[in-house]
Order: sequence, then structure tokens, then C-alpha cells
Amino acid sequence: MVLDTNEAKKKIVEFCESKSKTKTKFYFNDFTDLFPDEKARDVKKILTVLVNEGVLVFWSSGSTTMYGMAGAGKHAEGED
Amino acid sequence: MAKHKTPLLDQLESGPWPSFVSDIKQECASRAKNAKGVDYQVPADCPDDLLGVLEMSYVDGETHWKHGGIVGVFGYGGGVIGRYCDQPEMFPGVAHFHTVRVNQPSGLYYTTEFLRQICDLWELRGSGLTNMHGSTGDIVLLGTTTPQLEEIFFDLTHKMNTDLGGSGSNLRTPSCCLGQSRCEFACIDTQQLCHDLTNTYQDELHRPAFPYKFKFKVDGCPNGCVAAIARSDFSIIGTWRDEIRIDQKAVAAYVGGEIKPNAGAHAGRDWGKFDIQKEVVDRCPTGCMKFEGGKLEINNKECVRCMHCINAMPRALRIGNDRGASILCGAKAPILDGPQMSSLLVPFIKAEEPYDEIKEIVENLWDWWMEEGKNRERLGETMKRLSFQKLLEVTNQKADARHVREPRHNPYIFWKEEEVKGGWQRDIADYRKKHQK
Ligand code: SF4
Ligand code: SF4
Repeated sequence: MVLDTNEAKKKIVEFCESKSKTKTKFYFNDFTDLFPDEKARDVKKILTVLVNEGVLVFWSSGSTTMYGMAGAGKHAEGED
Repeated sequence: MAKHKTPLLDQLESGPWPSFVSDIKQECASRAKNAKGVDYQVPADCPDDLLGVLEMSYVDGETHWKHGGIVGVFGYGGGVIGRYCDQPEMFPGVAHFHTVRVNQPSGLYYTTEFLRQICDLWELRGSGLTNMHGSTGDIVLLGTTTPQLEEIFFDLTHKMNTDLGGSGSNLRTPSCCLGQSRCEFACIDTQQLCHDLTNTYQDELHRPAFPYKFKFKVDGCPNGCVAAIARSDFSIIGTWRDEIRIDQKAVAAYVGGEIKPNAGAHAGRDWGKFDIQKEVVDRCPTGCMKFEGGKLEINNKECVRCMHCINAMPRALRIGNDRGASILCGAKAPILDGPQMSSLLVPFIKAEEPYDEIKEIVENLWDWWMEEGKNRERLGETMKRLSFQKLLEVTNQKADARHVREPRHNPYIFWKEEEVKGGWQRDIADYRKKHQK
């Protein structure tokens, strides 16, 4: 993978934070757009690391899944 | 004494069919009695509140469930679906009522011990209500609270040797027919293939990164007992490419009435004497059979493996010996674009361990769909939007007459320069030798 894990992680977190006023949940595609030269699977590996570190969390409606920053937005009580 | 009055639901019990309302009431009574002394970890009366909220929805004509949220087990993006009631004070037992999907065993074979374990686990940590099985195939455990999830997951994986199923934008739990374990029509080992795909693609199952859901279904033959062609993005259907094996003696026995057609399945009514011409030969969709002088013949080149004749006379006609699978892509339910059946992509492929050829197609397909698919777009919709021709290209398949679903459906096939002999350049002098100006 040409992608540097730490740099990529930083870029993802910065992206989520920059949008935090308007958006708390993101599609997987939003992240592949950040790394147009990388394979989707490599971007997924970085997201998995962030999930395992507890930085990102999955949000699911049951049919669709999105990613969000842990603790961002209204969620734990299922208000979304 | 019921906790909530439910006259509308009670009415549902009056029909001739088994009723889910009676089932839930049975569970209410059993939990109230608690004969086994279970230390219920979620409100013991949650099935009562479930009936209560359902009755209210019937009265109001609208749902009282909110769905979605950040519930799940650590590191998994699927398998748990958050459900919350929007009247939690009235129905505290179902304030949180999450669904857990459990990966069903291939072909749905259980030991009674396993079923007892599942039920005991769900009495203790859930509502006790299950749905066997969800439409994707999973064992569906209905109704639990967030703090129970990790405990449930631990028991499923450590004590019961199973795992959560799929949900959300990921690979859904693959499913298959019971195949060679019981069925003589099975052209491939569906259970082995399904199990292998499930294990190979664990990351895709548990960590969602697709535009939308993706389903594998494996049918052992075109009878399609798990309806792969209608209900999966990647449908694997067993088939053969040589000849249907004919036992002429058994054909004669069917004709003579010694063997019942369809293995006696329609014996409940008198349909008269079996007429091979009318019931088999004339019903062959391609007209490739003939019965003359007591001999049945099949022009196998024209046979489309519809299974009709084999189903009618299973002791006389058997699947061929050179077996494998056809792969079709893109089935989906009505959301967005309307329902769609899968389209044939690979007419014949060998389906033998380690299934590398099949997996190569799967992975090429995913690379393309993950790259090009829009959010919430099923593979079938991406195919429609970007053309079947593109699908052939990304999966390295050659166009084949069998890809044509019906003649003249879409006459616009665009050749690429490298596909045309001599490219776009031609020797005009040579052309003029045969064609005047
Ligand atoms: S799909 Fe075919 S092989 Fe599978 S169980 Fe049904 S009839 Fe048998
Ligand atoms: S399988 Fe179907 S198409 Fe083939 S010979 Fe039998 S009836 Fe005809």
C-alpha cells in the first residue's frame, strides 16, 4: 500500500471534523473520494484501524451503514 | 391477565392459520411463569409491551419504531440492527428492542443441542422471540438491549461456534439450498461453497464498505430452492454441460404407470393416466424432446436445463455428469428501480475447491462496483446504468449469444477498435475491388 497509515488517518479525521457542523455521518464513498488514487480496499483498511481504535464508529439503519466520529452527533439513544 | 388490551391483534388469531399473536402471547405466559427460574436480563414482560405497541400501531395506522443507530459489537459494522420505540414510557419493555442476526449453518442443518443453546441464550439475554429465518437466511433474534450485545456475541462465538450475520452496506450472510446432502438434483456442493465464501469474505461480511447490500445465494440446480436468481446480487446455480442421462427402462415404467410421476407429489387428486407426450414432451420449453416408438430422445444442444422433465420423471432422467455452475448477477427487490432478476454472466464454470475462478469474478466485480456504484445502489442498478458490456469487460468475460436475454432488446453494441479486425483503418483500394462507388 502506498498510503501512509498515519497521514491517511489524520486526513480522514480532519475531513470528518471539518464537516462536523453540517454532517455527522459519512458514506464509505466520501472517504474514497479523499484518496482518488488509492484502491477502495486500502482506504477500507485505514477506516478499520480507526474503528478498532475507537476513533470512528459505524452507524447503521439496518440496510445502510455509515461511518461517524465517536461521540459526534445525536445517536446513542437512537435519536437519528 | 394481559398487560395491554389488544382487540385488533386478538382478531388476527381467529383465522385458520397459526398466528404470530398467539406465539407472542405464549411467550408472555411462559416468561410470567418463569418455570426454569431464568434471571431475565431484559424486561421479562417485553413481549407484552411488544403486543401493546403493535396494537397501538394498528389503531394509529403508523409505526412506533425508530430504527438505526450506533449499536453493534466492537469492530463489527453489521449483524445488529438498532430498534427503539417512540413511546418508551408507555412500553418500557421495548424502549430498546434491537435485532441480532446470526449466521445460519449452510443448508439450515442444526443439532437440537444448538437450537436449545440459542433459545436459552435468547430467554436469558433477549425477548425469547425469534424468527427462523430472515429472508436472507439468518437466524433472527428479536429484541434486546444495548448492554446485552457483547455478552450475546461472546456466547455465540465462544460457546456456539457461530457468528453474527450481515446487515447494512456489506456482504449479507451467504445462503444455499441443502444441495448434495439430500438432493439428487444437486450439480454442485452448495453447502461447501456457501461455507467457503462465508469464511473467505469475513471482512466484507462484518466491515461494511460497499455502496449497498450484496448477497450471495447458491442453488444446486435450476429448480432454485433458495431463489438465487431472484434474490441475490451474485447468483450461483448448479448446471451441467453434457447430456441428461436417460434410463429408457424407467421411461417405460413411467409410461406404463408403474412409477408415479413427480415422485407421487401430485397424488392427492386423480389426474388420470400419465401422458408422457402431453405432460413432458409438449411442455419442454424449447421443444427439444421427442417420444417415438417407446423411446425418449433429447436434443441436448437445445435443452435450457429448465428441470421440468427431470422433476416429472426423476428415476428415468438424471442430471448430466459434467457438472458446474452458471453465474448470474444483479437481482434485487423493488427499491429504487423496480425488481430485477439476475442476468447470466458466466454460462458454465467449474465449482471445485478452492473456487478460485469464482472468487476472481467476485473480486473483479466488487472492485468495479465499489469504485463506480453510487451510494445505496445495488449491483443490478450499476449494471443497468453502466451497461452489461461494461460488466463483461470488468469481469474478463467474452460476449456470448447466451447473454442475450431476448432478441433486439438493445441493438446498440459498441465495438472497440481493438475488437475489430484491422481497427478503424482500412485499405480503401482493397475495399473498392468489391464495392463500387
Ligand atoms: S435447488 Fe435443486 S439441488 Fe438444491 S435442493 Fe432444490 S432441487 Fe435440490
Ligand atoms: S430440462 Fe427442460 S429444456 Fe431440457 S429437455 Fe427437459 S424439459 Fe426440455
